[in-house]
Amino acid sequence: MIEIIIGKYNYWIYITLMMIGFYAMIAKGNLIKKIIGMNIFQTAVILFYISTGKVWGGTAPILWDKAVIYDNPIPHVLMLTAIVVSVGTTAVAIAIVIRIYKEYGTMEEDAILEIERKQAEELRKGNTGQREI
Amino acid sequence: MIDFILLFFLVICAIAAIRMKDLLSTVIILGAYSLIMAVVWTRMNAVDVAFTEASVGAGITTVLLIAALSRTQRGEENGQRSQVRVQGSLNAHSIISLIVVFVTGAVLVYGTLDMPDYGDPNAPSHHHVAPRYIKEPLEESGVINMVTALLANYRGYDTLGETTVIFTSGISVILLLRRKIQQ
Amino acid sequence: MKDDIIIRVISNLLIPFIQLYALYVLAHGDLGPGGGFQGGVIFASSIILYVLVYGIDEGRKRAHQKITDVLNSVGVMIYGGIGVVCLFFGGYYLQYGKLPLGDLKHASHLGIYGIEIGVEVTVAAVMITIFFEMAGRKSD
Repeated sequence: MIEIIIGKYNYWIYITLMMIGFYAMIAKGNLIKKIIGMNIFQTAVILFYISTGKVWGGTAPILWDKAVIYDNPIPHVLMLTAIVVSVGTTAVAIAIVIRIYKEYGTMEEDAILEIERKQAEELRKGNTGQREI
Repeated sequence: MIDFILLFFLVICAIAAIRMKDLLSTVIILGAYSLIMAVVWTRMNAVDVAFTEASVGAGITTVLLIAALSRTQRGEENGQRSQVRVQGSLNAHSIISLIVVFVTGAVLVYGTLDMPDYGDPNAPSHHHVAPRYIKEPLEESGVINMVTALLANYRGYDTLGETTVIFTSGISVILLLRRKIQQ
Repeated sequence: MKDDIIIRVISNLLIPFIQLYALYVLAHGDLGPGGGFQGGVIFASSIILYVLVYGIDEGRKRAHQKITDVLNSVGVMIYGGIGVVCLFFGGYYLQYGKLPLGDLKHASHLGIYGIEIGVEVTVAAVMITIFFEMAGRKSD
Protein backbone atom coordinates (compact mmCIF):
# COMPACT_ATOMS: atom_id res chain seq x y z
CA MET A 1 0.00 0.00 0.00
CA ILE A 2 2.76 2.43 0.97
CA GLU A 3 4.73 1.78 -2.19
CA ILE A 4 1.62 2.41 -4.28
CA ILE A 5 1.26 5.83 -2.64
CA ILE A 6 4.95 6.67 -2.99
CA GLY A 7 5.05 5.57 -6.61
CA LYS A 8 1.93 7.32 -7.83
CA TYR A 9 1.22 10.33 -5.60
CA ASN A 10 2.22 12.75 -8.33
CA TYR A 11 -0.54 11.41 -10.63
CA TRP A 12 -3.04 11.99 -7.84
CA ILE A 13 -1.97 15.61 -7.44
CA TYR A 14 -2.44 16.15 -11.19
CA ILE A 15 -5.91 14.57 -10.99
CA THR A 16 -6.73 16.93 -8.08
CA LEU A 17 -5.83 19.92 -10.27
CA MET A 18 -7.95 18.59 -13.11
CA MET A 19 -10.93 18.14 -10.82
CA ILE A 20 -10.57 21.68 -9.44
CA GLY A 21 -10.78 23.02 -13.00
CA PHE A 22 -13.70 20.72 -13.81
CA TYR A 23 -15.64 21.84 -10.73
CA ALA A 24 -15.14 25.51 -11.72
CA MET A 25 -16.50 24.76 -15.17
CA ILE A 26 -19.75 23.14 -14.03
CA ALA A 27 -20.61 24.71 -10.69
CA LYS A 28 -19.82 28.40 -10.98
CA GLY A 29 -22.37 30.70 -12.55
CA ASN A 30 -20.16 33.48 -13.86
CA LEU A 31 -19.04 32.96 -17.45
CA ILE A 32 -15.50 34.22 -16.94
CA LYS A 33 -15.04 31.79 -14.04
CA LYS A 34 -15.98 29.00 -16.43
CA ILE A 35 -13.31 30.15 -18.88
CA ILE A 36 -10.73 30.26 -16.10
CA GLY A 37 -11.74 26.75 -15.02
CA MET A 38 -11.27 25.54 -18.60
CA ASN A 39 -7.79 27.05 -18.61
CA ILE A 40 -6.84 25.33 -15.34
CA PHE A 41 -8.15 22.00 -16.66
CA GLN A 42 -6.15 22.31 -19.88
CA THR A 43 -2.85 23.10 -18.17
CA ALA A 44 -3.36 20.26 -15.70
CA VAL A 45 -3.86 17.77 -18.56
CA ILE A 46 -0.71 19.06 -20.27
CA LEU A 47 1.21 18.63 -16.99
CA PHE A 48 0.00 15.04 -16.79
CA TYR A 49 1.29 14.22 -20.27
CA ILE A 50 4.67 15.86 -19.77
CA SER A 51 5.23 13.90 -16.59
CA THR A 52 5.04 10.66 -18.58
CA GLY A 53 8.01 11.72 -20.67
CA LYS A 54 10.55 12.06 -17.89
CA VAL A 55 13.29 9.48 -17.44
CA TRP A 56 15.40 9.23 -14.27
CA GLY A 57 18.82 10.79 -14.93
CA GLY A 58 17.81 12.24 -18.29
CA THR A 59 18.52 15.77 -19.48
CA ALA A 60 16.58 18.11 -21.73
CA PRO A 61 16.05 16.87 -25.31
CA ILE A 62 18.77 19.01 -26.87
CA LEU A 63 21.90 17.27 -28.12
CA TRP A 64 24.85 17.69 -25.78
CA ASP A 65 28.27 16.05 -25.52
CA LYS A 66 28.16 15.25 -21.83
CA ALA A 67 24.71 13.70 -21.83
CA VAL A 68 24.22 9.97 -21.47
CA ILE A 69 20.46 9.61 -21.60
CA TYR A 70 17.80 12.00 -22.88
CA ASP A 71 14.20 12.60 -21.99
CA ASN A 72 11.47 11.47 -24.35
CA PRO A 73 10.83 14.36 -26.77
CA ILE A 74 7.51 13.13 -28.16
CA PRO A 75 5.16 14.41 -25.38
CA HIS A 76 6.85 17.83 -25.55
CA VAL A 77 6.02 18.11 -29.25
CA LEU A 78 2.38 17.14 -28.82
CA MET A 79 1.88 19.40 -25.83
CA LEU A 80 3.30 22.44 -27.65
CA THR A 81 0.46 22.09 -30.13
CA ALA A 82 -1.97 21.67 -27.23
CA ILE A 83 -0.89 24.93 -25.59
CA VAL A 84 -1.30 26.77 -28.89
CA VAL A 85 -4.79 25.37 -29.39
CA SER A 86 -5.75 26.29 -25.82
CA VAL A 87 -4.83 29.94 -26.33
CA GLY A 88 -6.88 30.05 -29.53
CA THR A 89 -9.89 28.52 -27.79
CA THR A 90 -9.62 30.95 -24.86
CA ALA A 91 -9.52 33.93 -27.23
CA VAL A 92 -12.68 32.88 -29.09
CA ALA A 93 -14.47 32.09 -25.80
CA ILE A 94 -13.68 35.56 -24.43
CA ALA A 95 -14.98 37.16 -27.66
CA ILE A 96 -18.27 35.25 -27.29
CA VAL A 97 -18.60 36.36 -23.64
CA ILE A 98 -18.11 40.00 -24.66
CA ARG A 99 -20.92 39.68 -27.22
CA ILE A 100 -23.20 37.98 -24.66
CA TYR A 101 -22.62 40.84 -22.24
CA LYS A 102 -23.46 43.40 -24.91
CA GLU A 103 -26.69 41.57 -25.69
CA TYR A 104 -28.02 40.67 -22.23
CA GLY A 105 -26.26 43.08 -19.87
CA THR A 106 -25.19 40.40 -17.43
CA MET A 107 -22.64 37.63 -17.19
CA GLU A 108 -24.38 35.28 -14.78
CA GLU A 109 -25.67 32.10 -16.30
CA ASP A 110 -28.95 31.85 -14.38
CA ALA A 111 -29.82 35.53 -14.97
CA ILE A 112 -29.40 34.95 -18.71
CA LEU A 113 -31.63 31.86 -18.57
CA GLU A 114 -34.23 33.91 -16.68
CA ILE A 115 -34.25 36.64 -19.35
CA GLU A 116 -34.62 34.01 -22.06
CA ARG A 117 -37.52 32.37 -20.23
CA LYS A 118 -39.34 35.69 -19.85
CA GLN A 119 -38.86 36.48 -23.53
CA ALA A 120 -40.30 33.11 -24.52
CA GLU A 121 -43.30 33.68 -22.26
CA GLU A 122 -43.95 37.13 -23.75
CA LEU A 123 -43.80 35.64 -27.20
CA ARG A 124 -46.30 32.93 -26.27
CA LYS A 125 -48.68 35.38 -24.59
CA GLY A 126 -48.47 37.70 -27.60
CA ASN A 127 -49.43 34.84 -29.92
CA THR A 128 -52.43 33.67 -27.91
CA GLY A 129 -53.61 37.28 -27.50
CA GLN A 130 -53.72 37.76 -31.25
CA ARG A 131 -55.65 34.55 -31.79
CA GLU A 132 -58.35 35.58 -29.33
CA ILE A 133 -58.89 38.87 -31.11
CA MET B 1 11.35 18.21 -2.14
CA ILE B 2 11.11 21.43 -4.11
CA ASP B 3 8.89 19.68 -6.64
CA PHE B 4 6.42 18.80 -3.93
CA ILE B 5 6.35 22.38 -2.60
CA LEU B 6 5.77 23.75 -6.12
CA LEU B 7 2.89 21.33 -6.75
CA PHE B 8 1.37 22.29 -3.40
CA PHE B 9 1.50 25.96 -4.40
CA LEU B 10 -0.17 25.07 -7.69
CA VAL B 11 -3.14 23.51 -5.91
CA ILE B 12 -3.41 26.50 -3.53
CA CYS B 13 -3.36 28.97 -6.46
CA ALA B 14 -6.01 27.00 -8.37
CA ILE B 15 -8.37 26.85 -5.37
CA ALA B 16 -7.84 30.54 -4.59
CA ALA B 17 -8.44 31.55 -8.20
CA ILE B 18 -11.90 30.04 -8.35
CA ARG B 19 -13.11 31.20 -4.96
CA MET B 20 -12.48 34.92 -5.31
CA LYS B 21 -15.38 37.26 -5.98
CA ASP B 22 -13.35 40.05 -7.53
CA LEU B 23 -12.57 38.92 -11.05
CA LEU B 24 -9.45 41.09 -11.44
CA SER B 25 -7.78 39.28 -8.53
CA THR B 26 -8.77 35.97 -10.11
CA VAL B 27 -7.01 36.87 -13.35
CA ILE B 28 -3.84 37.92 -11.56
CA ILE B 29 -3.76 34.70 -9.56
CA LEU B 30 -4.18 32.82 -12.85
CA GLY B 31 -1.05 34.59 -14.11
CA ALA B 32 0.87 33.43 -11.05
CA TYR B 33 -0.47 29.89 -11.61
CA SER B 34 0.89 29.91 -15.17
CA LEU B 35 4.29 31.07 -13.97
CA ILE B 36 4.57 28.35 -11.31
CA MET B 37 3.46 25.79 -13.90
CA ALA B 38 6.32 26.97 -16.18
CA VAL B 39 8.80 26.49 -13.30
CA VAL B 40 7.45 22.96 -12.67
CA TRP B 41 7.99 22.10 -16.32
CA THR B 42 11.54 23.46 -16.25
CA ARG B 43 12.22 21.16 -13.28
CA MET B 44 10.97 18.28 -15.43
CA ASN B 45 13.42 19.27 -18.24
CA ALA B 46 10.70 20.33 -20.68
CA VAL B 47 12.30 23.62 -21.66
CA ASP B 48 10.43 24.32 -24.92
CA VAL B 49 7.06 23.76 -23.32
CA ALA B 50 7.98 25.91 -20.28
CA PHE B 51 9.09 28.74 -22.58
CA THR B 52 5.80 28.60 -24.46
CA GLU B 53 3.66 28.46 -21.33
CA ALA B 54 5.51 31.36 -19.69
CA SER B 55 5.09 33.57 -22.72
CA VAL B 56 1.53 32.54 -23.58
CA GLY B 57 -0.06 31.79 -20.22
CA ALA B 58 1.45 34.52 -18.12
CA GLY B 59 1.51 37.00 -20.98
CA ILE B 60 -1.23 36.76 -23.56
CA THR B 61 -4.04 35.05 -21.62
CA THR B 62 -3.76 37.48 -18.69
CA VAL B 63 -3.84 40.51 -21.00
CA LEU B 64 -6.82 39.18 -22.95
CA LEU B 65 -8.80 38.42 -19.78
CA ILE B 66 -8.13 41.91 -18.39
CA ALA B 67 -9.24 43.41 -21.72
CA ALA B 68 -12.44 41.36 -21.45
CA LEU B 69 -13.01 42.60 -17.88
CA SER B 70 -12.61 46.20 -18.99
CA ARG B 71 -15.45 45.78 -21.47
CA THR B 72 -17.78 43.92 -19.12
CA GLN B 73 -17.96 44.11 -15.36
CA ARG B 74 -15.41 43.47 -12.72
CA GLY B 75 -17.33 41.87 -9.89
CA GLU B 76 -19.15 38.58 -9.72
CA GLU B 77 -22.81 38.89 -8.80
CA ASN B 78 -24.59 36.33 -6.70
CA GLY B 79 -27.41 35.74 -9.13
CA GLN B 80 -29.55 38.34 -7.43
CA ARG B 81 -31.93 38.65 -10.32
CA SER B 82 -32.86 35.02 -10.52
CA GLN B 83 -35.52 33.12 -8.70
CA VAL B 84 -34.17 29.77 -9.77
CA ARG B 85 -31.01 29.40 -7.71
CA VAL B 86 -31.10 29.78 -3.94
CA GLN B 87 -28.45 32.08 -2.51
CA GLY B 88 -25.44 30.63 -0.79
CA SER B 89 -22.85 28.09 -1.70
CA LEU B 90 -24.35 24.80 -0.50
CA ASN B 91 -27.45 24.37 -2.61
CA ALA B 92 -28.46 21.35 -4.68
CA HIS B 93 -26.54 22.50 -7.76
CA SER B 94 -23.22 22.62 -5.92
CA ILE B 95 -23.76 19.31 -4.14
CA ILE B 96 -24.54 17.45 -7.35
CA SER B 97 -21.49 19.03 -9.02
CA LEU B 98 -19.31 17.93 -6.10
CA ILE B 99 -20.60 14.38 -6.35
CA VAL B 100 -19.92 14.27 -10.11
CA VAL B 101 -16.42 15.66 -9.59
CA PHE B 102 -15.61 13.13 -6.87
CA VAL B 103 -16.87 10.20 -8.93
CA THR B 104 -14.81 11.32 -11.95
CA GLY B 105 -11.73 11.78 -9.77
CA ALA B 106 -12.16 8.33 -8.21
CA VAL B 107 -12.45 6.68 -11.62
CA LEU B 108 -9.30 8.46 -12.82
CA VAL B 109 -7.36 7.45 -9.69
CA TYR B 110 -8.43 3.85 -10.23
CA GLY B 111 -7.09 4.15 -13.78
CA THR B 112 -3.66 5.34 -12.66
CA LEU B 113 -2.99 2.24 -10.55
CA ASP B 114 -1.77 0.46 -13.68
CA MET B 115 0.43 3.23 -15.00
CA PRO B 116 4.23 3.11 -14.78
CA ASP B 117 5.93 5.02 -11.99
CA TYR B 118 7.27 8.52 -12.46
CA GLY B 119 10.55 8.46 -14.38
CA ASP B 120 10.60 4.73 -15.06
CA PRO B 121 13.06 4.02 -17.91
CA ASN B 122 11.29 0.75 -18.78
CA ALA B 123 7.98 2.40 -19.60
CA PRO B 124 6.68 1.31 -23.03
CA SER B 125 6.47 4.87 -24.33
CA HIS B 126 10.27 5.15 -24.43
CA HIS B 127 10.94 2.13 -26.61
CA HIS B 128 9.17 2.18 -29.94
CA VAL B 129 9.71 5.35 -31.94
CA ALA B 130 11.56 7.52 -29.40
CA PRO B 131 15.08 6.06 -29.85
CA ARG B 132 14.83 6.70 -33.59
CA TYR B 133 13.65 10.28 -33.03
CA ILE B 134 16.58 10.90 -30.68
CA LYS B 135 19.27 9.60 -33.05
CA GLU B 136 18.17 10.72 -36.47
CA PRO B 137 17.52 14.52 -36.49
CA LEU B 138 21.21 15.37 -36.36
CA GLU B 139 22.11 13.07 -39.28
CA GLU B 140 19.17 13.98 -41.45
CA SER B 141 18.81 17.71 -40.93
CA GLY B 142 21.65 19.07 -38.82
CA VAL B 143 19.30 20.44 -36.19
CA ILE B 144 20.38 20.13 -32.56
CA ASN B 145 17.06 20.80 -30.81
CA MET B 146 15.13 17.56 -31.13
CA VAL B 147 11.76 19.16 -30.39
CA THR B 148 12.07 21.67 -33.26
CA ALA B 149 13.21 18.96 -35.65
CA LEU B 150 10.26 16.78 -34.66
CA LEU B 151 7.79 19.65 -34.99
CA ALA B 152 8.96 20.81 -38.39
CA ASN B 153 10.24 17.69 -40.07
CA TYR B 154 8.80 14.45 -38.69
CA ARG B 155 5.43 15.87 -37.54
CA GLY B 156 5.11 18.68 -40.05
CA TYR B 157 1.42 18.07 -40.73
CA ASP B 158 0.55 18.65 -37.07
CA THR B 159 2.28 22.02 -37.15
CA LEU B 160 0.40 22.94 -40.32
CA GLY B 161 -2.85 22.12 -38.53
CA GLU B 162 -1.79 24.16 -35.48
CA THR B 163 -1.02 27.21 -37.63
CA THR B 164 -4.41 26.86 -39.30
CA VAL B 165 -6.09 26.71 -35.88
CA ILE B 166 -4.45 29.99 -34.83
CA PHE B 167 -5.46 31.59 -38.13
CA THR B 168 -9.06 30.39 -37.66
CA SER B 169 -9.26 31.80 -34.14
CA GLY B 170 -8.00 35.17 -35.42
CA ILE B 171 -10.67 35.20 -38.13
CA SER B 172 -13.38 34.21 -35.61
CA VAL B 173 -12.48 37.07 -33.28
CA ILE B 174 -12.58 39.52 -36.20
CA LEU B 175 -16.02 38.25 -37.23
CA LEU B 176 -17.40 38.45 -33.70
CA LEU B 177 -16.09 41.79 -32.53
CA ARG B 178 -15.37 44.13 -35.40
CA ARG B 179 -17.84 46.82 -36.29
CA LYS B 180 -17.84 48.94 -39.41
CA ILE B 181 -16.77 52.53 -38.96
CA GLN B 182 -19.68 54.60 -40.20
CA GLN B 183 -18.25 57.51 -42.17
CA MET C 1 0.05 56.78 -19.17
CA LYS C 2 2.18 58.75 -21.58
CA ASP C 3 2.49 61.63 -19.12
CA ASP C 4 4.51 59.46 -16.80
CA ILE C 5 8.09 60.08 -17.83
CA ILE C 6 9.67 57.01 -16.28
CA ILE C 7 7.33 54.61 -18.06
CA ARG C 8 7.72 56.44 -21.35
CA VAL C 9 11.54 56.48 -21.30
CA ILE C 10 11.92 52.87 -20.21
CA SER C 11 9.48 51.54 -22.78
CA ASN C 12 11.14 53.60 -25.53
CA LEU C 13 14.41 51.94 -24.60
CA LEU C 14 13.04 48.43 -24.22
CA ILE C 15 10.70 47.93 -27.20
CA PRO C 16 13.45 47.58 -29.87
CA PHE C 17 15.28 45.09 -27.68
CA ILE C 18 12.16 43.02 -27.15
CA GLN C 19 11.65 42.81 -30.93
CA LEU C 20 15.30 41.91 -31.44
CA TYR C 21 14.95 39.19 -28.80
CA ALA C 22 11.93 37.82 -30.65
CA LEU C 23 13.99 37.52 -33.85
CA TYR C 24 16.83 35.93 -31.86
CA VAL C 25 14.50 33.29 -30.42
CA LEU C 26 13.25 32.53 -33.94
CA ALA C 27 16.74 32.28 -35.48
CA HIS C 28 18.18 30.07 -32.75
CA GLY C 29 15.22 27.74 -32.59
CA ASP C 30 17.27 24.79 -33.70
CA LEU C 31 20.18 25.34 -31.30
CA GLY C 32 18.28 25.78 -28.07
CA PRO C 33 14.76 26.16 -26.78
CA GLY C 34 12.65 28.43 -28.91
CA GLY C 35 11.28 28.38 -32.38
CA GLY C 36 8.57 30.10 -34.37
CA PHE C 37 5.71 30.14 -31.95
CA GLN C 38 7.57 31.62 -28.97
CA GLY C 39 9.17 34.32 -31.14
CA GLY C 40 5.81 35.36 -32.53
CA VAL C 41 4.26 35.75 -29.09
CA ILE C 42 7.20 37.84 -27.83
CA PHE C 43 6.96 40.11 -30.87
CA ALA C 44 3.25 40.63 -30.24
CA SER C 45 3.92 41.49 -26.61
CA SER C 46 6.20 44.35 -27.68
CA ILE C 47 3.32 45.90 -29.65
CA ILE C 48 1.01 45.36 -26.65
CA LEU C 49 3.48 47.25 -24.45
CA TYR C 50 3.47 50.13 -26.90
CA VAL C 51 -0.33 50.28 -26.85
CA LEU C 52 -0.43 50.17 -23.04
CA VAL C 53 1.85 53.18 -22.79
CA TYR C 54 0.64 55.38 -25.66
CA GLY C 55 -3.00 54.45 -26.23
CA ILE C 56 -4.95 52.54 -28.84
CA ASP C 57 -5.09 55.18 -31.60
CA GLU C 58 -1.36 55.76 -31.49
CA GLY C 59 -0.77 52.02 -31.50
CA ARG C 60 -3.07 51.54 -34.54
CA LYS C 61 -0.91 53.98 -36.47
CA ARG C 62 2.08 51.72 -35.90
CA ALA C 63 0.33 48.46 -36.75
CA HIS C 64 -2.14 49.36 -39.47
CA GLN C 65 -5.28 47.28 -39.67
CA LYS C 66 -4.76 46.44 -43.35
CA ILE C 67 -1.19 45.24 -42.76
CA THR C 68 -2.07 42.93 -39.89
CA ASP C 69 -5.10 41.62 -41.79
CA VAL C 70 -2.87 40.60 -44.68
CA LEU C 71 -0.09 39.21 -42.49
CA ASN C 72 -2.60 36.92 -40.78
CA SER C 73 -2.73 34.75 -43.86
CA VAL C 74 0.75 35.31 -45.32
CA GLY C 75 2.31 33.02 -42.72
CA VAL C 76 0.02 30.09 -43.50
CA MET C 77 0.63 30.70 -47.22
CA ILE C 78 4.40 30.51 -46.69
CA TYR C 79 4.00 27.23 -44.86
CA GLY C 80 1.72 25.68 -47.45
CA GLY C 81 3.76 27.21 -50.26
CA ILE C 82 6.95 25.49 -49.15
CA GLY C 83 5.06 22.22 -49.19
CA VAL C 84 3.82 22.81 -52.74
CA VAL C 85 7.32 23.81 -53.91
CA CYS C 86 8.56 20.48 -52.63
CA LEU C 87 5.92 18.82 -54.83
CA PHE C 88 7.38 20.53 -57.90
CA PHE C 89 10.78 18.99 -57.31
CA GLY C 90 9.58 15.44 -57.20
CA GLY C 91 9.10 14.72 -53.52
CA TYR C 92 6.05 14.28 -51.35
CA TYR C 93 4.26 17.26 -49.79
CA LEU C 94 6.63 18.87 -47.24
CA GLN C 95 9.57 16.62 -48.08
CA TYR C 96 12.38 19.16 -47.83
CA GLY C 97 15.10 16.78 -48.92
CA LYS C 98 14.21 17.23 -52.59
CA LEU C 99 14.66 21.01 -52.64
CA PRO C 100 17.66 21.99 -54.82
CA LEU C 101 19.55 23.84 -52.08
CA GLY C 102 22.51 21.52 -51.54
CA ASP C 103 22.64 18.03 -50.14
CA LEU C 104 19.98 16.42 -47.95
CA LYS C 105 21.19 17.95 -44.68
CA HIS C 106 21.29 21.56 -45.88
CA ALA C 107 18.01 21.38 -47.74
CA SER C 108 16.22 19.99 -44.69
CA HIS C 109 17.76 22.64 -42.46
CA LEU C 110 16.69 25.50 -44.73
CA GLY C 111 13.23 24.01 -45.12
CA ILE C 112 12.84 23.98 -41.34
CA TYR C 113 13.89 27.64 -41.18
CA GLY C 114 11.33 28.61 -43.80
CA ILE C 115 8.56 26.89 -41.89
CA GLU C 116 9.47 28.57 -38.63
CA ILE C 117 9.38 32.00 -40.31
CA GLY C 118 5.88 31.26 -41.60
CA VAL C 119 4.66 30.22 -38.15
CA GLU C 120 6.14 33.34 -36.50
CA VAL C 121 4.54 35.78 -38.95
CA THR C 122 1.09 34.26 -38.51
CA VAL C 123 1.27 33.99 -34.73
CA ALA C 124 2.49 37.58 -34.25
CA ALA C 125 -0.15 39.03 -36.57
CA VAL C 126 -3.00 37.03 -35.02
CA MET C 127 -2.06 37.93 -31.44
CA ILE C 128 -1.89 41.63 -32.36
CA THR C 129 -5.25 41.39 -34.16
CA ILE C 130 -6.96 39.67 -31.25
CA PHE C 131 -5.64 42.23 -28.78
CA PHE C 132 -6.77 45.21 -30.85
CA GLU C 133 -10.24 43.76 -31.38
CA MET C 134 -10.73 43.13 -27.69
CA ALA C 135 -9.33 46.42 -26.42
CA GLY C 136 -11.95 48.66 -27.94
CA ARG C 137 -13.88 51.28 -26.07
CA LYS C 138 -16.63 50.31 -23.65
CA SER C 139 -19.28 52.13 -25.65
CA ASP C 140 -18.88 49.78 -28.64
